[in-house]
Amino acid sequence: MITDALAGLGAHSLRVLRTFGRAALFFADLLVHVPAALRRFSLVVRQIHAIGNRSLLIILASGLAVGFVLALQMYYALVTYGATESLGLIVNLTLVRELGPVVTALLFAGRAGTSLTAEIGLMKAGEQLSAMEMMAVDPRSRVLAPRFVGGIISMPLLAVLFSAIGILGAWFVGVLLIGLDSGNFWSLMQSRVDVWRDVGNGVVKSFAFGIVCTAVALYQGYETQATPEGVAYATTRTVVVSSLSVLALDFMLTALMFSRP
Amino acid sequence: MSRRNLEMMVGVFVLFGIAALLFLALKAANLASFGEHNKGYTVSAKFDNIGGLKARAPVRSAGVTVGRVRSISLDLKTYQGLVTMQIDDDVRFPKDSSAKILTSGLLGDQYIGLDAGADDKELAAGDVIRQTQSAVVLENLIGQMIFNKAAEAGDSSGPAAPAPIPAASGVPGK
Repeated sequence: MITDALAGLGAHSLRVLRTFGRAALFFADLLVHVPAALRRFSLVVRQIHAIGNRSLLIILASGLAVGFVLALQMYYALVTYGATESLGLIVNLTLVRELGPVVTALLFAGRAGTSLTAEIGLMKAGEQLSAMEMMAVDPRSRVLAPRFVGGIISMPLLAVLFSAIGILGAWFVGVLLIGLDSGNFWSLMQSRVDVWRDVGNGVVKSFAFGIVCTAVALYQGYETQATPEGVAYATTRTVVVSSLSVLALDFMLTALMFSRP
Repeated sequence: MSRRNLEMMVGVFVLFGIAALLFLALKAANLASFGEHNKGYTVSAKFDNIGGLKARAPVRSAGVTVGRVRSISLDLKTYQGLVTMQIDDDVRFPKDSSAKILTSGLLGDQYIGLDAGADDKELAAGDVIRQTQSAVVLENLIGQMIFNKAAEAGDSSGPAAPAPIPAASGVPGK
């Protein structure tokens, strides 16, 4: 009875450790095959189109909506203190430092990550990957690495677009609808937002999230059980694992980057 | 979709992203004022209390920004705050100018206000501004006010007790 429980605990721990080990080896393997993908850049361009261009609409729409809502909510909070002119500054810092990279990464996991997992999972289920190996084409450098590089390039661009359109949305609500002064809106931002500390660290964050989201999606696709249920399960796990790791990583990066005032 | 079409669309996407980054850097952050940040001459000043002054706070004269605070440290000989500031090259101040730490608005940011003196010589790089006025610390101000009130109350009630007409001595105290 007790020995059974102990054995169960041990087996579970070993399984978790084995998953981590496989994921780490997979990630190292991906990195090794990145140069091969860079040599055939047309494959990467195709993936940037599939991952980046096709996510553009949802990113821009969400960024605009988040900018609108942030401006309205912050206005109601700030008007109590008579500090409405800092609306632009607060929206800017919120978007550039946190919401831009994080919300983009969550949307990216849902929009691009799932399609990567499903695509590679179905390739594996249809034994296309094995067929490639039979023809002496390494599927890791032909299929996985271009998607990895494409995701890493697309994610920071999408996050920057999200922040920019969000600030424009806040400008629309704050200046055109509420009637704040446009000069104050921009000048406070320019005097208080630092390019390297705020914008730069935001880009570094989105870059890290791009690596995590794409690697998780590719890993889940590559490790799929070759059945319809397996592909469905892997797609779900992509969203869950990428979202949780993005949130955890965001906390760590924020603590490292912005702990000093 | 033809390959050329696809490459063009990716190019547009990347261009969009770079444009957004430039927008964030130039319009919504301080990159536009970044270049001028490194030219100018540095002068320093010692304050008994710098309050909430931070590095990169503006240095203003008559309300016009003429420079920025470079660094803040503690002078270990006098235990005063040593503030190094960078002032634009085309702005020159007399040698006996004075520096104050001021607050913009009631609860706003603190900045350094420079008041020009009357000396013929000008401040040069590395000079120290002699006349300084520390930041106003709200706690000290309130403490002083309470102390004054208490002293006032002591003055008016102390001599009032032996005096024959208490009302008369109470009036000038208030």
